Amino acid sequence: MTSIAPERLRLPRFGRLGTAAAFVVLAVALLPAADFRISGHDPWAELARMGQGLLSPDFSAIGTLARAAALTVAFAICGVALGASTGFALAPLYRFAPVRLFCVAIRSIHELFWAILLLQITGLSVTTGILAIAIPYAGIFAKVFSEYLDEADPRPAAAMPPRADFISVHFFARLPLAAREFQVYLLYRLECGLRSSAVLGFVGLPTLGFELDTFFKQGMYGAVAAVLIIYYVLIATMRLWMRWPLAPFYLLASIGFMATLASPPMAPGALIRFVTSDIVPAPLRNGDLGDPETWVRFGDWLHMLLFQQALPGLTATMIVAQLALVVAGFVALIGFPLLVVPVVGRFGSALGHIGLVVGRSTPEYMLAYIALQIFGPSMLPAVIALGLHNGAIIAHLLGRQSAHVHENLRPDAPRGLVLYAYELLPRIYGSFLALCLYRWEIIVRESAIVGLLGIATLGFYVDRAIQEIRIDRAIVLLLVTMLATVAIDAISRRLRKAIGIDGLVSRRDQVPGATEARLA
Amino acid sequence: MLQFSGEALAYGDHTVLSGVDFNLRPGERVVLLGRSGAGKSTLLNASYRRLAETHPDIALVPQEHGLVPQLSVFHNVYMGRLDAHGALYNLANLVWPFPAQRRTVASVLETVGLAGFDRKAVESLSGGQKQRTALARAIHRGGRVLIGDEPVSAVDERHAAALVDELATRFETVLLALHDVGLARRVATRLVGIRAGRIVFDLPSAEVSDGDIHDLYRA
Repeated sequence: MTSIAPERLRLPRFGRLGTAAAFVVLAVALLPAADFRISGHDPWAELARMGQGLLSPDFSAIGTLARAAALTVAFAICGVALGASTGFALAPLYRFAPVRLFCVAIRSIHELFWAILLLQITGLSVTTGILAIAIPYAGIFAKVFSEYLDEADPRPAAAMPPRADFISVHFFARLPLAAREFQVYLLYRLECGLRSSAVLGFVGLPTLGFELDTFFKQGMYGAVAAVLIIYYVLIATMRLWMRWPLAPFYLLASIGFMATLASPPMAPGALIRFVTSDIVPAPLRNGDLGDPETWVRFGDWLHMLLFQQALPGLTATMIVAQLALVVAGFVALIGFPLLVVPVVGRFGSALGHIGLVVGRSTPEYMLAYIALQIFGPSMLPAVIALGLHNGAIIAHLLGRQSAHVHENLRPDAPRGLVLYAYELLPRIYGSFLALCLYRWEIIVRESAIVGLLGIATLGFYVDRAIQEIRIDRAIVLLLVTMLATVAIDAISRRLRKAIGIDGLVSRRDQVPGATEARLA
Repeated sequence: MLQFSGEALAYGDHTVLSGVDFNLRPGERVVLLGRSGAGKSTLLNASYRRLAETHPDIALVPQEHGLVPQLSVFHNVYMGRLDAHGALYNLANLVWPFPAQRRTVASVLETVGLAGFDRKAVESLSGGQKQRTALARAIHRGGRVLIGDEPVSAVDERHAAALVDELATRFETVLLALHDVGLARRVATRLVGIRAGRIVFDLPSAEVSDGDIHDLYRA
């Protein structure tokens, strides 16, 4: 087949090493602007107390903890089920631009932002928790499911009767071809759902994060350790207890359990008020729309919001994100060989595995929260937390790839550091860069969200606006957050294409545990 | 019912057949002959696409079968008539097949030699069994016209002849590509020879000499 090659993108050709160097240089240049103050109190004494508590976990509140754990699972299952069903229904429509835009918009806002918005409408209730997970997940599921459908063999659908209806053809000749991929992805998303659900506790929902927050505030570090242990056990054993035949039972049990929860009553008409009044910019809400004066005031309002809140928030968000991205890169480069037996030995690799599993299964928000308790509110805990968490994820995926690389190496291949430097790193470097660029957008979104902890990123301003019951401002700030993530996603995609690493990482490689699930 | 006059048929941007003069009349059984890569599949696909617009009652056996490996033989055969029912009825049959549909499909499976295979997943079948499933789907679909791209290539000779005879009795008009010349002579009312992107002969079966066919396949 003759085909005219598509015109290549002409960006300044840094090459692969140059691209990484550019990111590092940018991060170094941003360092003076970053706020890395360690707050007044002595972090090391605090750290010592924490370490002591962590080494002597205190399970005395086991009744409360068990309930919080069960609720964490229940919120995750209901949220993921609702999100997956919606995404499943949207997936065949994903090629229509309005559906695609809608999905991009809902998934670019973090679960926690959804939660604090929903709190204004549905209060501290089951609905808030489930929707906070389900809404962004629906957007993610729609995208991923539609990609799986596109990748499936198109020939069966082409062999269907010419006038068969769309729905029948979809269910008979498209869906079964992608069903297995759907299942694997669903299981991975459930793991993410457990993380999200735990983190929702930080805004007041009765999951593990709530207990963690409470114990931390009381300085009960032994109990904190107990919460963390229960959480890790939940995540680590998920693939053992989450069996497909049991899924309907889990779902029903979760719904039943949720139904027993009492939630504080909301004033009637909260939704109507939210849509017609709360989110309307204040000058428009209070002024006469026909009066030009109103629009002048609206302009001032927008100017104030954009330049005094959105801009500093966005700047801080990007500083945190760029620094965290580089830290994540270094964590990944140092971390992935720790998973490869011929590099660090059997014992070393076991330790590496444990370290990276903890790093990647602790939600970035929880890590940031813990780091914040140690270092006080500055950009430092955010950079450390995001760098560690994302670095551990990239390292895990690279470790898996390098295991395959190593299988195919010549028998007299070197071992140890030489193996890493001469054989593994050169082969894995392209994937490393691709994965970092994939995580870039995610890191930006997470940088915005850690603002809820008091670090001056966009989340900080969103949180303040909501606490002042200025939902209109929160909405504008969230739109800025959304645009920032979408822009970074676009830049990352162009960059990956320009340096020719776009095809190096398939979506399957981005799903931690996908191959393990397939083997199970 | 189908007419190409002097047309070029392309696959994507790549012209596979040029100057195609070809027609198909009701009641004809036409077999395309030629080496692989000569352009038979292109002509078949173009014919299917054009005929489907005017004759929705057309059945197809594509080259790679176009089966859904994860579904059972029953479901794959049932799919031949997805257009005969509404989406709800089809979905119900996907989840829990109606006994009446099971019986209808079972009788079709018997004619292609797959009796008792209806609950087996297609991915667990051999190549020949998969091809029979694709044939069963076309037979279950029925209609006036059948288009088949090497529909019996994976079946042994004796059964192939019986299956092609079966197709000839079930469909009024048949357009096939076959590599077995004997089988082609047995079923066809007209033979079309394709060589290097051109139709080199288009004659009633009896008027095609062995020499014509030999020329078609020589290097």
